[in-house]
Amino acid sequence: MLKEFNVLDLTTEAGWLCGKMLGDLGADVIKIEPPGGDPGRQHGPYYKKTKDPERSLFWFALNANKRGITLNIESREGRDLLTKLVQETDCIVESFAPGALEKLHLDYTSLKKINPGVILTSISSFGQEGPRKDWKASDLVCMAMGGFLHLCGAPDRAPVGVSLPHGYFFAGADAAVGTMIAYYHREQTGVGQWVDVSIQQSVAMTCFNSVPWWQLQKVIQGRMGAFRKIGLFGGLVLRQTWPCKNGFVIFILTAGAFGARTNQLLTEWMDSEGMAPEFMKKMDWKTLDAKNMAPDFVKAFDEYVMKFFLSHTKEELYEGAVRKGMQLYPVYDCAALAESPQLRARDAWQPVEHPELGITMTYPGAWVKMSEAGCQTRRRAPLIGEHNLEVYHEGLGLPLEEVERLKQSGVI
Amino acid sequence: MKEKDETREALEGLKVVDFGWAIAAPVICWYLATHGATVVRVETSTRPDVYRVSAPYKDNKPGLNRAGFFAYPNVNKLSIALNMNLPQGIELARKLVAWADVVVDNFRVGPMEKWGLGYEDLKKVKPEIIMVRTTNQGLTGPHNTHPGWGWQLVGLSGISNLAGWPDREPLSFGMPYTDVIAPRFGVVALMAALVHRKKTGKGQLIDLSQLETALQFISPAMLNYFANQDNDKRTGNTSTYAAPHGVYRCKGEDRWCAITILSEREWKDFCNAIGRPQLSEDRKFETLSDRKKNEEELNQIVEAWTVQFAPEEVADRMQAARVPCGIVQNAQDVFSDEQLRQRNYFWTLDHTEMGPYAHMGQPFGLSETPAKPRMPAPCLGEHNEYVCTKLLGMTDEEFLDLLTLGLFE
Repeated sequence: MLKEFNVLDLTTEAGWLCGKMLGDLGADVIKIEPPGGDPGRQHGPYYKKTKDPERSLFWFALNANKRGITLNIESREGRDLLTKLVQETDCIVESFAPGALEKLHLDYTSLKKINPGVILTSISSFGQEGPRKDWKASDLVCMAMGGFLHLCGAPDRAPVGVSLPHGYFFAGADAAVGTMIAYYHREQTGVGQWVDVSIQQSVAMTCFNSVPWWQLQKVIQGRMGAFRKIGLFGGLVLRQTWPCKNGFVIFILTAGAFGARTNQLLTEWMDSEGMAPEFMKKMDWKTLDAKNMAPDFVKAFDEYVMKFFLSHTKEELYEGAVRKGMQLYPVYDCAALAESPQLRARDAWQPVEHPELGITMTYPGAWVKMSEAGCQTRRRAPLIGEHNLEVYHEGLGLPLEEVERLKQSGVI
Repeated sequence: MKEKDETREALEGLKVVDFGWAIAAPVICWYLATHGATVVRVETSTRPDVYRVSAPYKDNKPGLNRAGFFAYPNVNKLSIALNMNLPQGIELARKLVAWADVVVDNFRVGPMEKWGLGYEDLKKVKPEIIMVRTTNQGLTGPHNTHPGWGWQLVGLSGISNLAGWPDREPLSFGMPYTDVIAPRFGVVALMAALVHRKKTGKGQLIDLSQLETALQFISPAMLNYFANQDNDKRTGNTSTYAAPHGVYRCKGEDRWCAITILSEREWKDFCNAIGRPQLSEDRKFETLSDRKKNEEELNQIVEAWTVQFAPEEVADRMQAARVPCGIVQNAQDVFSDEQLRQRNYFWTLDHTEMGPYAHMGQPFGLSETPAKPRMPAPCLGEHNEYVCTKLLGMTDEEFLDLLTLGLFE
């Protein structure tokens, strides 16, 4: 789909997902690493647990569908080479600290002189401007500053987040959105632009509950563990995560027409096993609303439903939910996902060759199905400098001896 | 090259019909509406969007046009209320399709087909239409009609299992988490489809499974499972490559900061900043692997220091020492955050019934075509007449006939 779109990817792990998403849709993405490799390759997990920059599964997962070259852009010769690459490209994605590109004379104004229609997509913790632009941050810090962490965890412990860098993923995905909107605009007008992504702002979308609550009611939504607060005054506490026989399921008692069918089906299911109390059987679920969902009702509901869930495995509960059309999901781990009949039927997994490792590894493949073209993992992430010859010699036309010299002098 | 045009927005001229519901599709269309597309939300008062009937409400008075969640991401959109139980409602929906470049919906498989608004139907009305359909698990497969919300899907997606404390239940989050993941993928696919259409004239169907987009957010863990048979679990706030790395209590009620030491340099700077330079030479904490080994004790030392100060002061001191640190900001902090304010993150607009209301802001800025607040989130059916007469070119009489019929409900 995007095979005419050329991207130079100068990002750290804070921005890897952007180029990966564009590559998945067919863009030619060249990942530019410093000589020796991207520092993010030092992060695991590793294939067979062997720490090696060529075995980082973290790197593999987020850099598939990219070609890879090495280049020291801090050297003068390196910058000259980059200038040549910039002339041929549509887009540059980077995640240096704000101001760093300017020092290298590679800021948007300079790049535009080299390639007038170029799109520069910059990813930084807090954006290119503003009082905190120079703050040092990390994924966790951005998740904190963006208002996400405060909502997560149990009230008796510190806020706690996701064990993967989701702030970086949010920003990487938003960088792809901004890049594509800019590309669409350029296709109409020929005008490129500078896309300024703030990781904090990307994370802040997770506040679409909490900020309205603060704005309208001056209520600060705190972290609720397995529960969630709803209702007119945010006063009703409902369980969201339930233990079952072998793990957890997620189920939310929902009022009115939105929940009536699921609540009725659950009651019938419990009744068929002699586990539904009279008050649930007598309930006309359509009439359940925030007003009559009194704490006593919720407490009794919790007690019986919990007993029922604890008598079943998450697989049984999900299978029943699917068969009956009830709203309930199991908490799946990677092993369970790998076995999901739905994902299998959708060809969600894709084998990718890793000849150097002598294996075929399974990847999450297409994240979208488009009737006109495929989204797919066409190639594994690049080895360090794997496409140096292809890009510098075949692409830019540098003589082989010159490429070798650049390599010896540490430019590439 | 065209000179920079201050008035132009990136997606100006793009016409979108938003059959969205709740979050996923409305947020896809939010990206479009905030960048200049004309977005018509098709709604009905007989079954209003769940977020029009959810608290919080303005002044705590329930009302379809007073709901905070609904208003927050529906900025810059037009709203038409359409009774789809009348044949004229479906006919009008088809006229909107004929007008549009893009149709977006997030119903589960069923309602759109029932109305004769599936992709094959739309193609008959407009062959080059692009339809974005986002569902929990995709349009095909054995679970394609299973109903559910993002609030629950996060469990199925594998993300819950990878979030929270290892000795506690998995996180289910304070928001429907997959709904803030999928839309970003949806917009990228849609933009690619629009560029493709410009080159080939061809429209297409985009089948966006929210579950499959969420897999991209756990891809390293999936590879670890497939390649190493390691079934990862949540690990709290720790990192395999950094320590200290966590959230620490500060002075005040439920006040916290995040500190992450990513290098030996930062570790030394941290120790100096807390007035304990000798700590970095302590054998127990000298290297990363020492610190990982003694992480619990390390965290206690960090927290014994942070708890003396407000998180703002901790962050200022750490930043002065060039140590990555931030405040665990609650909604009030985010709402008054000076950095966000200076970047015009929130869009405060005068809502018809709610008065001044801050709408959800942009994750990114565009230098040549900045996103622009044009109008607040619409009241239900606020633009019935505008959409019919100005966008679809009906005469006033035609519009009045439909109005008398009770179509705009």
